[in-house]
Amino acid sequence: MSLSLADALAGIILVALTAYVLLGGADFGGGVWDLLATGPRKARQRDLIAHAIGPVWEANHVWLILAVVLLFTCFPPAFARMAIALHVPLTLMLIGVVLRGSAFVFQSYGGGGGRVFAIASLVTPVLLGIAVGAVASGAVGELGAGSGEQFYGVYIAPWLKPFAFAVGFFALACFAFLAAVYLTLEARDRELQEDFRRRAIGAGVAVFVTAALGLVLSPHAPLVERGLLAAPWAVALHVLTGCAAVTAFSALWTRRYRTARVAAAAQVALILWGWGLAQYPYLLPPDLTIAAAAAPRVTLELALGAVCLGAIVLFPSLYYLLKVFKGSSGVSVP
Amino acid sequence: MSDLLAARSQMAVSLAFHIVFAVIGIAMPLLMVVAERRWQRTRDPVYLDLAKRWARGTAILFAVGAVSGTVLSFELGLLWPKFMEVAGPLIGMPFSLEGFAFFTEAIFLGIYLYGWEKVSPRAHLLAGVLVAVSGAASGIFVVIANAWMNTPTGFTLIDGKFADIDPIAAMLNPAAFPQTLHMTLAAYAATGFGVAGIHAFLLLKNRTSAFHRHALAIGLLVGAPAAVLQPLAGDVAARHVARYQPLKLAAMEALYETRACAPIKIGLGIEIPCALSLLAFRDPNAVVKGLDTAPREEWPNVPLVHLSFQVMVALGTYLALVGLWAGWLVWRKRDFAAQRRFLWGVAIATPCGFIATEAGWMATELGRQPWVIFGVLKTADAVTPMPGLVVPFTLFTLLYCALGAIVAWLLYRQIVRSPRSA
Repeated sequence: MSLSLADALAGIILVALTAYVLLGGADFGGGVWDLLATGPRKARQRDLIAHAIGPVWEANHVWLILAVVLLFTCFPPAFARMAIALHVPLTLMLIGVVLRGSAFVFQSYGGGGGRVFAIASLVTPVLLGIAVGAVASGAVGELGAGSGEQFYGVYIAPWLKPFAFAVGFFALACFAFLAAVYLTLEARDRELQEDFRRRAIGAGVAVFVTAALGLVLSPHAPLVERGLLAAPWAVALHVLTGCAAVTAFSALWTRRYRTARVAAAAQVALILWGWGLAQYPYLLPPDLTIAAAAAPRVTLELALGAVCLGAIVLFPSLYYLLKVFKGSSGVSVP
Repeated sequence: MSDLLAARSQMAVSLAFHIVFAVIGIAMPLLMVVAERRWQRTRDPVYLDLAKRWARGTAILFAVGAVSGTVLSFELGLLWPKFMEVAGPLIGMPFSLEGFAFFTEAIFLGIYLYGWEKVSPRAHLLAGVLVAVSGAASGIFVVIANAWMNTPTGFTLIDGKFADIDPIAAMLNPAAFPQTLHMTLAAYAATGFGVAGIHAFLLLKNRTSAFHRHALAIGLLVGAPAAVLQPLAGDVAARHVARYQPLKLAAMEALYETRACAPIKIGLGIEIPCALSLLAFRDPNAVVKGLDTAPREEWPNVPLVHLSFQVMVALGTYLALVGLWAGWLVWRKRDFAAQRRFLWGVAIATPCGFIATEAGWMATELGRQPWVIFGVLKTADAVTPMPGLVVPFTLFTLLYCALGAIVAWLLYRQIVRSPRSA
């Protein structure tokens, strides 16, 4: 099977989603650690988190908007189906997005709202994960046609499932894990660094546990299960993901934080791509394929053009942003 | 409340809330950059204080604008899935470009806000300029998408299905130019006068404050030219509506009967004879189509559209007059701070631009009803089948009321309050 233009755009959407998870996800994870700040360095932990998120969270947030816009441009029937079947979790997620962002900026400018920021950071990733889990389980494809009958069956059942919730908690664990790993590099002193090293290891265990839970429940997502367990590329992918996970853990253990950052990001990205590959060629399993959901060719060509054009502006700017604020980080103490 | 009405209300609340932040997000960076540039040239610390305060204000407003904009991008589908299913391939193009413009805005705003000590003064100012430019660009792209809903182009309808899709032709739809011009000027006029008005009011209480004098001058520098140009842009837009959406013009002017030498009603039963014909078609005897050209079920809500339109025109005219007054004072080299009546005139203008913007949006959006894609798809046919939409409508209304109150309080504390030393 050769890759089509539609496949390429679906891949770009997955890239945008990956960037959102690796960058924006970590900002949510930062909020989780704000909520869970404890010990004698509680206030300093929170300061570090606010300092790390401040300059970048809005840019990181745009990845989500880009993914949504590309989805409704290139695959409008899929967007419409998801918007109908997942109306409830997506609306709740949006409320979380609004509360997280506004409360963070209110807090930064002396308006309070720290608790709201932290709690919204905890809840929003779970809802995002639930939406992804519902798609992966095939429930959106089956019921999303929007017959308008049976409120529970059409609007609640697709996502109120153990598997979807397992994916939700898995997403939360991943975001917290990423944030803790990144924060070890943001910390300016050894004590704070150790705080986040311990948190990273704890969150890494949570990633493992929630992943195992998802796997146990994966018979509820037959397509993903088949892809992850039986496809020819599955073994290679699992070996790679496992390598990344082991590297991340051992690097954290031996305090090689730069390596840990790369490995943790690779681990989470590989998991996302594993999901994408597992349900290929379906956009909304079990029935809506990428090809069937694709917009007319001219739209896809123009969208690809816009992405290329945008990338020329975006990547140098993004590089500059990260260089200015994240370039010189790392602890100065031996 | 029916689900359709709840969906329309939720969309209206979300847009009415977002538009204020979008408008300020477009124009505020320009004020901020002007202040910083003046600081770099004069080394007058008041300008630096202004740039930093306006940057803080931009940060708060941009964040709320960004998250409320995210809500809208999802709501397009959550509330109007059938609209997005047909319109996505056509209006996705401006939305994609808007996504990248917004990216640029967010990146350079981060650098501007947190980079005062991290990048060179020149790079810092350039970051501010990029925020201002990309903010204006993203506003323009979004309005292009809206313009397409008013004058849809770039497709042919075959048995109710969209065929021969041409997204470029959709972007170049006839309403795109008049709407983006009118909206962009509105952003500068509303924000410029919003800022100038607050500081004019504070100057009335404290005539010597250099802080308020400088702030007033920069606010007027951005707001006054835009307000003076706005009636011209409005004329372009109105003539365009007369040609492409005659029923909307009829609703705006409450013209029930088709007639030649159509008057303009300016309220209280006063009419200017033949003025509508003259303005719309440059001919006092031109025939203007009235509401009687369409069956009643295709009428928009005429009283509401008419009222919104009149409010917009009245407030826009007021801002243009105050803008001319400011120009005259500059020409005569008079000091703004010494002109008590002028300061009152500007102070009263504070909310006018924002009210006019909201009213203008109501006129154009309510005037489009009952269509979501004008003449092609009815709003009632695009709404989600999901029942109980009054619940999310209530939730978002409460959320936005609370956010609005907090933002107003924070802005007052952060920006408006005079510096202790001044």
